[in-house]
Amino acid sequence: MSEAKTAVNQPGGDRDLATEFLDRSTPLTRIRGLLHRYPALSPALVLLVSVVVFGVINPRFVNPANLSLISQQVAVVGTIGIAQTLIILTGGIDLSVGAAATLAGFVIAQTATNNHLPSGLSLLLGLLVGLATGLLNGVLVTRMKLPPFIVTLGTLSIYTALLLLYSNSASIETGVPAPIVGLGNTFSVAGVQITFGVVAMVVVYAIVAVILGRTAWGRHVYAVGDDPEAARLAGIRVTRVLLSVYIVAGALLAFGAWQMIGRADGIGPNDGSSVNLESITAVVIGGTSLFGGRGTVWGTLLGALIVGVFEEGLAVAGLDVLYQVLAVGILVIVAVALDQWIRKVRK
Amino acid sequence: MNAMPDATASQSDESLAPILEARSLVKTYGRVVGLDGVSLKLYPGEVLAIIGDNGAGKSTLIKCLTGAEIPDEGELLLDGKPVHFRRPQDARAAGIETVYQNLAVSPALDVAANLYLGRERRLKGIRGSVFRLMDIKGMRDQARAELKALGISTLQDVTVPVENLSGGQRQAVAVARAAAFGSKVVVLDEPTAALGVRESNQVLELIKNLRSKGIPVILISHNMPHVFEVADRIHIQRLGKCAATVTPAEYSMSEAVAIMTGAQTVVH
Repeated sequence: MSEAKTAVNQPGGDRDLATEFLDRSTPLTRIRGLLHRYPALSPALVLLVSVVVFGVINPRFVNPANLSLISQQVAVVGTIGIAQTLIILTGGIDLSVGAAATLAGFVIAQTATNNHLPSGLSLLLGLLVGLATGLLNGVLVTRMKLPPFIVTLGTLSIYTALLLLYSNSASIETGVPAPIVGLGNTFSVAGVQITFGVVAMVVVYAIVAVILGRTAWGRHVYAVGDDPEAARLAGIRVTRVLLSVYIVAGALLAFGAWQMIGRADGIGPNDGSSVNLESITAVVIGGTSLFGGRGTVWGTLLGALIVGVFEEGLAVAGLDVLYQVLAVGILVIVAVALDQWIRKVRK
Repeated sequence: MNAMPDATASQSDESLAPILEARSLVKTYGRVVGLDGVSLKLYPGEVLAIIGDNGAGKSTLIKCLTGAEIPDEGELLLDGKPVHFRRPQDARAAGIETVYQNLAVSPALDVAANLYLGRERRLKGIRGSVFRLMDIKGMRDQARAELKALGISTLQDVTVPVENLSGGQRQAVAVARAAAFGSKVVVLDEPTAALGVRESNQVLELIKNLRSKGIPVILISHNMPHVFEVADRIHIQRLGKCAATVTPAEYSMSEAVAIMTGAQTVVH
């Protein structure tokens, strides 16, 4: 950069040389530019390649029952990943999503099963709990000006403690009313069993994608994550946008709680403990930058699918579970390294 | 709002009422006097440069004009009416747009999105009123038209993310945003400080285009050649006061610097 600058400042005809220096593009920088412009491109390619590779290794991988299983395994992390995406787009992070969703899930399952409330009312109470968890995170981040990492590390413990207290550390496995577990019901398309939960998840993805891409609020979410000071100077009320993101995330977590109950036909105190980090994994593998302002919600769905495909593919290939864990770890690091490289386009 | 042909035109404009006027502004920070009774008038269709050494009160003056600071004493008149800005948004709402030194653009958003950031337009009908959808195509078309009207030819594609642009082009986006929405006054804080020669020239051309559209500009700059190229009048700050207001036609660059540093004084 400094080299280019001195070239421009030299008197005479060095200007063209300088422009050439600045505009120099190799195939590699062009690929980087493309990935920079379409953040969901790299996870889409990874997903495609991994499905093909696992299919070649073991054709059983691509049979309908197996694909159905993958889609069902992805439903919970995929749904909660939407909430995580919104928060990471603002430059934040939420370590408490799994605990908050499980807390909301217990409120839904327990009030419907043990207190015999109407299912609609139980779901509404779950939604309120989800909103409350998001509101608390959001207020601590925006009003107390605490870093999201620390806030949600704290609320992770708080929500976990609350859910253990409320559930007496016991699972709810029997007698859950049909509407509460309804998202786990399946229907068949061309031999593939699809749950209503998976369909509902895709619908929510589509809605959030439209909101992010085509409403002013969505644009402000990106602007706030990109450069909060620039957003403020442009007249965006940064704290209001941030608070609204945490509250919307809370609502999405309540929806994830409903998915959780449908997936397991009930709920247990530890059902969400792995989701806290898995949702971050899905977002990161999906090409969303942890620095905020760059990424798409569809990328997160791809990221969740990649994790599902890798775990299932390695299992079908007959490898031990530890290799699944290893593979996901490598994926995360590769994804973040790729993001760092892509972001160099700015300079 | 008709085109003013060139720099000399504005000198006769002093017969007009000023668009923005500051009267005896005082601003102190504890025992430090930032502004010590500074007055300033900005007339329609002129470029007023503000120069001064570090600590002379340039920034404080600009902050008081744009709502970033509230003056302790003195008054501010916009179109002859007293105004009181308590925050930058107040000044913007009144039609004073500021382009900050650190470029208030959002790097990952495209050119059109940046022009409309914070004032997005919605689609007509229920798609806009109920579903809150933005008129993305309309904003892009309008952005192209605004850039063209400002004579910014280097930005062909308004869908390019701003981070892919050169420094001069980014500055052009920031200036275009300030000028595009019927603003009464555009304030530019060191717009060429971070730019190369060619890019600086593009920004200076842009400033001249603003003037020819009748939009008055306040330009803060350390760069004397740039100031003398575009300014109609030069307000020289020294030690918290206005040492003089001169025109480039009557004073040379070295005289202006001499006034700025106190080596020369002007008797009004």
